[in-house]
Amino acid sequence: MKIAVIDYGAGNLPSVERALRSLGANTERVTQPEQMTAARAIVLPGVGHFGAFVAGLRERNLIEPLRAAGDSGVPILGICLGLQALFSSSEEAPRECGLGFFREKVTALPTNVKSPHIGWNQLRKVRESRLLHKVPEGAYFYFAHSFAALGSAAATVAACDHGVSFAAVTESENLFGVQFHPEKSGETGALVLRNFLESLS
Amino acid sequence: MTLARRIIPCLDVDAGRVVKGVEFEGLRDMGNPAELGARYNREGADELVVLDISASFEGRATFLGTIRRVAEQLNIPLTAGGGIRTMEEGHAVLLAGADKVTVNTAAVKRPELISELSQQFGAQAVVLSLDVKRTNGSWEAYIRGGREATGRDAADWATEAVQRGAGEILLTSIDRDGTRSGFDCDATAKIAKTVPVPVIASGGASTFDDFLEVFTDGRADAALAASIFHQETHSIADLKRFLSERGVPVRRNR
Repeated sequence: MKIAVIDYGAGNLPSVERALRSLGANTERVTQPEQMTAARAIVLPGVGHFGAFVAGLRERNLIEPLRAAGDSGVPILGICLGLQALFSSSEEAPRECGLGFFREKVTALPTNVKSPHIGWNQLRKVRESRLLHKVPEGAYFYFAHSFAALGSAAATVAACDHGVSFAAVTESENLFGVQFHPEKSGETGALVLRNFLESLS
Repeated sequence: MTLARRIIPCLDVDAGRVVKGVEFEGLRDMGNPAELGARYNREGADELVVLDISASFEGRATFLGTIRRVAEQLNIPLTAGGGIRTMEEGHAVLLAGADKVTVNTAAVKRPELISELSQQFGAQAVVLSLDVKRTNGSWEAYIRGGREATGRDAADWATEAVQRGAGEILLTSIDRDGTRSGFDCDATAKIAKTVPVPVIASGGASTFDDFLEVFTDGRADAALAASIFHQETHSIADLKRFLSERGVPVRRNR
């Protein structure tokens, strides 16, 4: 099963690739639109700044192909900034557009708590989901971000609190997102990636 | 639902080996970084820090390889640094598999380094390593491995670094480092109250009570230690059980 891992130029891809391969997936780095066509699914990992992320995708002519893939039912998993990119836009770079699968906007975490939200936190299940299948109650995941979609976003299947309730896991048909880093979240993170891969078969 | 306090083992690396400075003896070999990293990953560490303390050019040249080999062993975050002077060196550390890079001396000399790294890689990837010594009721920032005073107040420098885009502070008390007399909770609380980013306390860890104190009185978000974990006098699991029983939120599941 070939999984396309989108390389927009700044992400820490080896750890994501290692995690997917250890679960039996066959990953291929994608820097050009043509490389995406044969993929069974797409993983969109991202760290850093929303503006730089979208610009990196645009420079590689990947934005429209990603939108088309998502619209045609190809499973996409966005990780961290990759989840945020599934939304319409972000306060972090107000003039850039996200992929727009989810209509809400990504906003800054509130100033009454430490930001970035860095460390291990727990989830609050909003509704049943494929990604969190068999994930134990109270499991911890590693987060590292300063912006987030609000927990009220329609695609939210699990929220997390850090000054505000935000979308920790999103899921809608073929579109999946995790605000935490599953590749850095120990065994529970691996379980989420396994669930994603199993949803493809 | 609470953000867990983190327990972070630290590997001081010289020419590809984990070392520990021992009074009158110099550096003692503590093992292979990848093996130690794998062990801490398995034992429930929340993150790993790898610092290059090589004195020689030859030692430094092997550091990226060390980061790569350690990163391959982990499914937890990895922070690496020590002697990072430029954007290119910071980028190389991240490309080798680190999630965050620490900066210290070069950032004091040229604070724009923090801004540049943060703009390129995000605040979550930039850690200010802040070495402090107590002077008349406040703390002064030191550079060059604690050998050179900067004349800058630690809280002022931390504030500037965060404004420039540092996403975390790794605060080491030079007074306590290697003494096993407990973390400097006053210094940690002072910096934690001053900056809006997480603070990792370092220097002086010896007992479980030291960790409890730095998470309560010291307001630390994370606590770092090296030799007490390397020597297996303390297991991370036992430490977390101790903290959890006393109401400190820690990650117990793996």
